[in-house]
Amino acid sequence: MAYSDKVLSHYEHPRNVGTLDKSSESVGTGLVGAPECGDVMRLQIRVNPETQVIEDAKFKTFGCGSAIASSSLATEWVKGKTVSEALTISNTDIVKELALPPVKIHCSVLAEDAIRAAIGDWKKKNGVAEEAGVAVAASA
Amino acid sequence: MNVENGNGHNGTVNGMNSTGVIITNSATPLPEGVHLPLYMDNHATTPLDPRVLDAMMPYLTGKFGNAASRNHQFGWEAEKAVETAREQIARLIGASAKEIIFTSGATESNNLAIKGIAEMYRERGNHIITQVTEHKAVLDTCKKLEKQGYRVTYLPVMADGLIDLDDLKRAIVTEGPEKTILVSIMYANNEIGVVQPIREIGRICHEKGVLFHTDAVQAVGKIPVDVQADNIDVLSISAHKLYGPKGVGALYVRRRNPRVQITEQINGGGHERGMRSGTLNVPGIVGMGAACEICRNEMAAEALREQELRDYLRAKLENALDYTQVNGNMEHHLPGNLNMSFVYVEGESLLMGINDIAVSSGSACTSATLEPSYVLKALGLGDEIAHSSIRFGLGRFNTRAEVDYVADKIIDVVRKLRELSPLYEMVLEGIDLTKIEWAAH
Repeated sequence: MAYSDKVLSHYEHPRNVGTLDKSSESVGTGLVGAPECGDVMRLQIRVNPETQVIEDAKFKTFGCGSAIASSSLATEWVKGKTVSEALTISNTDIVKELALPPVKIHCSVLAEDAIRAAIGDWKKKNGVAEEAGVAVAASA
Repeated sequence: MNVENGNGHNGTVNGMNSTGVIITNSATPLPEGVHLPLYMDNHATTPLDPRVLDAMMPYLTGKFGNAASRNHQFGWEAEKAVETAREQIARLIGASAKEIIFTSGATESNNLAIKGIAEMYRERGNHIITQVTEHKAVLDTCKKLEKQGYRVTYLPVMADGLIDLDDLKRAIVTEGPEKTILVSIMYANNEIGVVQPIREIGRICHEKGVLFHTDAVQAVGKIPVDVQADNIDVLSISAHKLYGPKGVGALYVRRRNPRVQITEQINGGGHERGMRSGTLNVPGIVGMGAACEICRNEMAAEALREQELRDYLRAKLENALDYTQVNGNMEHHLPGNLNMSFVYVEGESLLMGINDIAVSSGSACTSATLEPSYVLKALGLGDEIAHSSIRFGLGRFNTRAEVDYVADKIIDVVRKLRELSPLYEMVLEGIDLTKIEWAAH
């Protein structure tokens, strides 16, 4: 299978690899996927409590190149966005940006789930009410 | 990935990467004698041995006759070459030349063997026994027969990939309309390299009066195979797995004790004693014969050489990396096979990092189905082990320098991908991954 240049770029130079302190109040952690499915993504965000801007994001992913690229891209995109802006990122945006083939669409879905799970975790920690109509992945 | 030279990636991008994970490793110098891309996937196919090509060449050029042309020298010449090849192939497996039927490859041989026997012996019974780790050419053929009213038993394998002979004995039906007519068990597995106890299986079959077919594609030419000593009635071979050309294979069909009959699956001019019509692929057959001859002469020494390289590769990987696991019984094993899981690293991402090296992965992501290797799953290892597995297939043309290069590259990429792996981090922190409620998707 040939990979798009953007997938290769993220695979070769994954952005924002790392770990944030998950016990910190300002950090939200999303852990999605399952080892037996061959994909596990952990996406973490650090949110400014005043502005609700995501000031830092880190990821680690066990998965194929497309899964690594999807989560790497997700960290790039959420950084600098407010929490509610970040929730508008959809998997189809990721598919488009990375030119993922149909068989890899589940990687983009997982990345979207990871963003939502991380934000959901942060909201829970900080007692922020869920916005109407915004589902938070329950898989964190 | 090795050719990555920073196109489009400036220092800022790399600088953003806080842990400094860069999977590209363009700086690795290429050792002497190593050429890229490097082929180490010899269970999928093997390169044509140049000596085989030399043998074939006259039959691709001037000696183009049809082996079935009985009334001129072009035909006689072709027929003579085919009969020589038949002898060469028969000799490698301890058969006689008349017991060799040429086909287009092992998929056809397996189809012809199983369907041909099922049809021929339908009056005797309707039960067939095979095992879960067979190649799809056997499994899908059996599934088709099930739709036609045959009953098929798929024996499980033990954790090391071997079948339990007691399971086989229990599965054989010797009385009634559901009598077992055929057992089909592969000689050596294409993924995990495990060699089944063929001689014992054959003996059990013969004691119970059941025919025994084996898909011996991975075994013939690599390890000693003898249809007499191994009690084999029908055996499938492919030329391209033993340094011969693609598109040609053979089926051994026993003629004495017992005489096996097979209903033809392709009708036409009555070639191959009516069992397989169609003009013979003379250059391919000549190549297959030459390839078998070379294997017969060189197999013993080559097996030792490959096994030594294989063990060296394994030791090097195991010494450098933690959380590795070898899949399949290593005692009853093909010399050139190593199937290893690099736990907490997904197989396809590993292949991506070594894309100048040709090996295979049992990961789901390399297939369209997203299902991990059914062979590894059958060992009961858990899907995550299958997702992390790599199959190395060492062959005649692999060298020690290549093994060193492959091992170094794998070690490098596995380490980098583990820096990226949340599972590896969690395990190092002492978290039990089995206690986490994962959301299967």
